[in-house]
Amino acid sequence: MSLVTPMTPSSSTLPRFLTRKGVPLWRDVVVLQWVAQVLSAVLVIGFLVYFISNVLRAADERGLGLGFSFLRNTAGFPIAESMIPYDPARSFGYALWVGFLNTIKVSLVGIVLATVLGLVAALARLSGNWLVRTIAGVYVNTIRNIPLLVQLVIWYFAVFQRLPPVKEAITLPGPIFISQRGLYMVGVTPTATFGLWLLFVLAGLIVGYALHRNLTAYQVRTGRARYPLLAGLMALVALPLIGWLVLGQAPLAKTVPVLGRFNFEGGMRLTPEFAALLVGLVIYTGAFIAEVIRAGILAVQKGQIEAAKALGLSQFQTLRLVTLPLALRVIIPPLISQYLNLTKNSSLAIVIGYADLFFVGRTIINQAGQAVPVFLLIMVVYLALSLLTSAVLNVYNRRVQLVER
Amino acid sequence: MSISSEVIRPPSRPGVARWLHKNLFSSWWNTLLTVVSLALVGFVLVQAARWVLFSADWSPVVQSLRLFAVGPYPAEEMWRIWLALGLATWLLGFSGGRAGGIVQTFALALALAFVALALLPIKLEYLALASRLKWVGLAAAALIGFGLGRRIKLTARWLTLAWVVVFLLTLLLLGGLRNQAVLPFVESGRWGGLLLTFLLALVGIVASFPIGVLLALGRQSKLPVLKALCVLFIEVVRGVPLVTILFMTSILLPLFLPPDFRIDRVLRAMLGMTLFAAAYMAENVRGGLQSIPAGQVEAAKAMGLNGWQTMLLIVLPQALRVVIPAIVGQFIALFMDTTLAIIVGLLELLAIGRAILNSNPAWLLRDMEIYLFIALIFWVFTYSMAYASRRAETALGLGKR
Repeated sequence: MSLVTPMTPSSSTLPRFLTRKGVPLWRDVVVLQWVAQVLSAVLVIGFLVYFISNVLRAADERGLGLGFSFLRNTAGFPIAESMIPYDPARSFGYALWVGFLNTIKVSLVGIVLATVLGLVAALARLSGNWLVRTIAGVYVNTIRNIPLLVQLVIWYFAVFQRLPPVKEAITLPGPIFISQRGLYMVGVTPTATFGLWLLFVLAGLIVGYALHRNLTAYQVRTGRARYPLLAGLMALVALPLIGWLVLGQAPLAKTVPVLGRFNFEGGMRLTPEFAALLVGLVIYTGAFIAEVIRAGILAVQKGQIEAAKALGLSQFQTLRLVTLPLALRVIIPPLISQYLNLTKNSSLAIVIGYADLFFVGRTIINQAGQAVPVFLLIMVVYLALSLLTSAVLNVYNRRVQLVER
Repeated sequence: MSISSEVIRPPSRPGVARWLHKNLFSSWWNTLLTVVSLALVGFVLVQAARWVLFSADWSPVVQSLRLFAVGPYPAEEMWRIWLALGLATWLLGFSGGRAGGIVQTFALALALAFVALALLPIKLEYLALASRLKWVGLAAAALIGFGLGRRIKLTARWLTLAWVVVFLLTLLLLGGLRNQAVLPFVESGRWGGLLLTFLLALVGIVASFPIGVLLALGRQSKLPVLKALCVLFIEVVRGVPLVTILFMTSILLPLFLPPDFRIDRVLRAMLGMTLFAAAYMAENVRGGLQSIPAGQVEAAKAMGLNGWQTMLLIVLPQALRVVIPAIVGQFIALFMDTTLAIIVGLLELLAIGRAILNSNPAWLLRDMEIYLFIALIFWVFTYSMAYASRRAETALGLGKR
């Protein structure tokens, strides 16, 4: 590269390479960059066109469908568990929706339970008690070093499938019955007044929030203690209770499982597939979440806590106002990515036969051979879930990071 | 203000009683925790020990060791695997002797592990004397390599080249040549067990490395089209489960290619693993690239290096050095992810386990033993790899830079 770049201040508006002055064409950075861009774009588009033309030809020859119209056709296969009424006469699209809801169900319940387990394990790892610390450490290091699929297979085939038959079900207080057919426990069903009662719950939420906000503002302004958290929580509990009394009928009714001729009836049922997947996912993700939370708590500098003590904050206040906000800032991003991992890992349900989105999609491919559109749909759904989550995460991140110096 | 006349004693050395008091019985709450968890651990350990020693039937595991190791690989071609393993351990020993430190520890530990395998207290009909001798031979290969490595001065570049040669040679040995009498072709359908698991993970990580670096550079680049393409690939792959990627390459890929262009099933799974790993590799490498201070690039420019030279000679070597621990972590994750190959019909460890269960009606209810053994295999490998990587990290001071 010559040090003296001949920079001729040309008055012409022609692009540089057309003026034939200065750097030769093949060393002009601008030209090279454009060539690289166009080349890569052409290459990618070329590959896509090639692939798509092959698919179209294969579709022509083998009669594979490529459109999405098949979604309206009758599914014709049963799905073992569903949150909404389903029978084989429904359409493929409806079946996929059932699968999607099942994915959401296991993910949401799993996320809540894994967070609780992770929190407990993290606190145990930070405990002053050597035994507790060691147990938690063994749990985390064992579980994280065994593939999730192996764990799921153990839970399903070696534990839940080996439970006693219905007649000899293990009975736990509750009552909870555990057998090969799954886990039966007391459930609740909404009664006629449930909808009206929900309004009271909503009112409780609003009033409680408003109370908490106003009292906090008052407390900050005047310096007089007004116990905003307590007042808010009381409103939150009191209003639904009042609603219950006003409506005169319980909004939810208890149903208890009873052993029938062949199986339990009534109550809430967790199928062995759901239970195995849930237990496997929760225990696996819980170990990862424990490490995330532990790292976050350890990241809070000692000086911050000492400063809070010096200001006269109580232990609870220190935790709520200093440790937690600081730790959460470190914890939230990796925590969300663990939540996403759990959701994506729920697709391993296919090995144990839980009817999630991927499982239903696979069944449709086997039945109707619509591999390309079904796959597009599945990938788009998972992508949408993760993009949505990361969008929410980014908004949150911006809010908490703003305070940082 | 008065000056304290009290003499503060230096803290006495912690004795057993003191340690117990501090760590287990410092308060009533702590004592309660200790008692409860002691009861829990005792119960679990006693139950587990009773099951392992008395209730469990380990014969399906003991009688199928070869299946777990290599799957249905033809018995008369087993020498190739032994040879490849011998070459790799020899070179590992050599590298250990050359580099010392953690590689040395790792190589020697491996030699020890091989000897332990040879001495496994299992009947000779399930682990033949010939196999035991071969394990000892492998240990000897590692030790010979170690001795040579301490004497022969070989530069790191040649050593790297030797590893590449051994890697390619291993693939050649396992697969063989088509239409040749010397090294008959072994179709990939007969690769299985731990062999396949390692192959999938190794090929995945090795092949994803260059792709990942290119993707990371593309994502950092100022060219909008290139950047958009790289971001699209990375985010799409990271946004969907590995199962969907594996299905894509296993089921959809044949549709995307001309009908007469057939790719082998194992190769398709490897492709899926590679694409999946590449996206995560790209993010790791990007982290490394971002950790390089801008002053390095500016200094390189000031020295008159052009863009390529700056990237290849200044930025990448530093960036890649920073991300070595992350890449090891990714390899471990990929190693565990190979279990998903069962979903696209490959004979990896879980599939082998299932085949063993179905092969003998008497073993049908032995799920727990088989799957726990598989879990143990994974745990031993991943835990030792993670341990070695942590040690290497502190030894190299990688985290500190």
